[in-house]
Amino acid sequence: MSVEARPHRFRTAATSALKDPDLRANFRRAMDGLIAKRAAQFSDPAEWREMRNLGASIRARSLAKLPSLLERLEANCTKNGIQVRWAETTEEANGIVLEILRSCGATRVVKGKSMVSEEMHLNEFLEEHGVESVESDLGEYIIQLDGETPSHIIMPAIHKNRQQIARLLGEKIRGARYTEDIDELTGIARRVLRKKFLEADAGISGVNFAVAETGTLCLVENEGNGRMSTHVPPVHIALMGLEKVVETLEDVPALYSLLTRSATGQSITTYFNMITRPRTEGEKDGPFAVYLVILDNGRSRIAQDPQLSATLRCIRCGACMNHCPVYTRVGGHAYEATYPGPIGKILTPQTEGVGARHDLVEASSLCGACGEVCPVGIPIPELIVRLRREAAQPSRDSTVRGAGTGRGRAETFAWWLWERAHRRPLLYRLLGFAATRLRRFIPGRLPVLAAWTSARSTPRPAPRTLHELARRGGVAGE
Amino acid sequence: MSEAARERILGRLREAHPESAPGSNFDVLARKQWPPEARYPRLRFQMEVVRAEFLEATDADWPGVLRKFLAAEKLSTVLYGPGTVAAERLEASWPADEGPRLLPYDRPIEAGNAKRQLFDEIDAGFTTTRGGIAETGGLILWPTPAEPRLLSLVPPMHVALLDTRAIYNTFWEAMRVEGWASRMPANALLISGPSKTADIEQTLAYGVHGPKRLVVVAIRP
Amino acid sequence: MAAPDVPIEGRPAAVYYYGTCLVDLFYPEAGLAGIRLLEREGVRVVFPQDQTCCGQPAYNSGYASEARAVARAQIERFPKPYPIVVPSGSCAAMMKRHYPTLFEGDPFRPRAEEFASRIHELTSFLVNVLRVRLADRGRPARVTWHSSCHALREMEIVGEPGALLAQLANVEVVPLSRESECCGFGGTFAVRHPEISAAMVEDKAADVVATGAPTLLSGDSGCLLNIAGRLEATGHRVRPLHIAEFLWERTRER
Repeated sequence: MSVEARPHRFRTAATSALKDPDLRANFRRAMDGLIAKRAAQFSDPAEWREMRNLGASIRARSLAKLPSLLERLEANCTKNGIQVRWAETTEEANGIVLEILRSCGATRVVKGKSMVSEEMHLNEFLEEHGVESVESDLGEYIIQLDGETPSHIIMPAIHKNRQQIARLLGEKIRGARYTEDIDELTGIARRVLRKKFLEADAGISGVNFAVAETGTLCLVENEGNGRMSTHVPPVHIALMGLEKVVETLEDVPALYSLLTRSATGQSITTYFNMITRPRTEGEKDGPFAVYLVILDNGRSRIAQDPQLSATLRCIRCGACMNHCPVYTRVGGHAYEATYPGPIGKILTPQTEGVGARHDLVEASSLCGACGEVCPVGIPIPELIVRLRREAAQPSRDSTVRGAGTGRGRAETFAWWLWERAHRRPLLYRLLGFAATRLRRFIPGRLPVLAAWTSARSTPRPAPRTLHELARRGGVAGE
Repeated sequence: MSEAARERILGRLREAHPESAPGSNFDVLARKQWPPEARYPRLRFQMEVVRAEFLEATDADWPGVLRKFLAAEKLSTVLYGPGTVAAERLEASWPADEGPRLLPYDRPIEAGNAKRQLFDEIDAGFTTTRGGIAETGGLILWPTPAEPRLLSLVPPMHVALLDTRAIYNTFWEAMRVEGWASRMPANALLISGPSKTADIEQTLAYGVHGPKRLVVVAIRP
Repeated sequence: MAAPDVPIEGRPAAVYYYGTCLVDLFYPEAGLAGIRLLEREGVRVVFPQDQTCCGQPAYNSGYASEARAVARAQIERFPKPYPIVVPSGSCAAMMKRHYPTLFEGDPFRPRAEEFASRIHELTSFLVNVLRVRLADRGRPARVTWHSSCHALREMEIVGEPGALLAQLANVEVVPLSRESECCGFGGTFAVRHPEISAAMVEDKAADVVATGAPTLLSGDSGCLLNIAGRLEATGHRVRPLHIAEFLWERTRER
């Protein structure tokens, strides 16, 4: 997919999001709730540290052995009767899915939640090719009805309140009356979707963890739509990013626990579904055929950088966005990317280019909240700084997409000036002296400070610098 | 297409990686332990928080306890998987002419209109379990040819038989003790409550797709 | 109380003081107050006049070579093996946590690491190394506290400021809701994304006002400058103050 380089698209979208009071209220309320629930799950700091170290070590080990684990996963899946396909790009992955559906004559598909399918824009692709593809996760179903994309990776419809959802379902679903009662709204969706599960020719799902040792695909969910999609239709297609593999079955419980506790503050989800084989001899249900599509889409490139490869540890819990002061205020759509929030700020620029999505790399106050809560220890703030560096001053042999394309002339000059002023103590002190003596002449509105003074008063230097106060106050200089 | 893609992807990954990495320290999981008598109360508490319901029975009287409950709930059809020891107990003790009808899941889902019946005409599905998990709550199920996958998913109520002596400390312990890695079934499941969602305003709603109720029949010594 | 930056045994006779560029220009009284607090404990304080800025603005913007040049100039001005005390969690974190990375692959790295190992944030140094005992001489006062993100998450300074304030008998600390949420400063972030930064500081200022405390304390001048600017622009009379200045003003003998 070609990416239009609009370096200010995030800022533009974020600015309009900030003006939507409903949106801000919806996100603030949801994020405050999620933060509290997660905190309750990790109330023992020692246990949290140990669990996180374990999670980080499992994911780091999986990535270090990535090529051999993927081969082992493929071999074991194949042995189990799961057919494995590989796709370098989302176009290839879409093509593979369509080919499978056509080979079994499927025209009606139900989907479980899958962020990889969002990367692929799979629903649009299938609709274009005459296949009905219905999202069955309630949140995904709601936004599909409204022609939107997810605004959060775990809670896709979090930007909507119940009145908005009530109106949507009332308008779009035949026979549904307007109701703001959440149980009734859920009941309406149940009625529609159970019919879809019953009639579907194929089910498509994501994968939370794929176990190389056993060739097992693990799915985490609360609703049961994932089980419906993978157990009821005669064909199941699982989509996974290539980083989702783990080495052993024993690696799974810790990651599962970290995922659910970090994501929604649950100690366990309603269902944990481990699929190792299609329907076997004598079984009365389950799909006859299971396919696993392994998607690259830029991941193998990210894996090549020893530091940035930590991006691929992500288990998609969404805790970084729940705790992000930027995400909380602008919501997920402003990022114009499959993955919003802090993880998106490091992932999207690497897949689309650090210059093309420089706006995302810049969209962080580096407060560190994301890195603090990441259950697999991804040092997100450090990686943001690293990507800013790759954009401006790429490292030798950089493998980062678009390295060096985020360097503006004016900015380069500004930092050159800054360096001169701060490397020369005499010049620095002279500038400090001038600023303090001219403090009364600084106007209330300065064009260079417009960004600052839009919400704040103009900062005014003190009458004397600390350098002066220290010297006059008899503090030793050496 | 797939084959060439595979080679290119693996090629790039092989360029990057050392293939060696330190092992993991699982002590934090190994330390999560409860005395055997504390495991069932802990499991029950955790599962009741997410709205699972519990019936307590003994090994001798559980079919009767279950039947009484289902009759009180005024259910008319209960689907079960014939061929297990528990199924034989049910069959032997179930009266033919009163209360809910006991129906066997005994043909493939594609046969006749079995799928539609399962979706529309069954009030409850009965399954056994392999055990439970004390740390978080949760039941372990391995669907089998005798007890198919959809028994615990499609009917509006799932009734699960749990032997309280088979409750592990953690999921991690269960898979290690039972040696799952060398004998994974086609499908393995953890189930901790009825189907639920919080996709509308973070408000919990139950029974969105799967069972609206999960009833655990706990066999106590 | 986590004290990861405190490897020192006993009290040092002398320390270096790193004022930081923001304190230098905007809060010099706070900088001086920090020096006086240290001197009162019998420690000789050295303030090298050739210090400028830690280099964090350039580093965080991706301009590592400029940051490196400035960082190196700082390191060279602090040659003696004294601890280096910094009245800012953010600048301290830059020098302690990021200098070693900044000089990765550079022959200068060992010196950067040695320098980094001597860095201490002021409140942490007062509590964990000097173990100060403060006697409150001020009138009853209510304050609220904003912890800076970098002090909290990079320097792991969690309880130290509170421990100092708790020693002041006449001071009541009113907790700030969402205390650990970023105020929106973020250096160049405030310029790159002024709308989001403004939304963040609006919320932070509103939380500060909601405490009803007439004084806002923080240990970082970046946050202070940001929140103070917002409070002033909206006509609120909350007084923003660096914790060093507050402590010194309430405990000095007059």
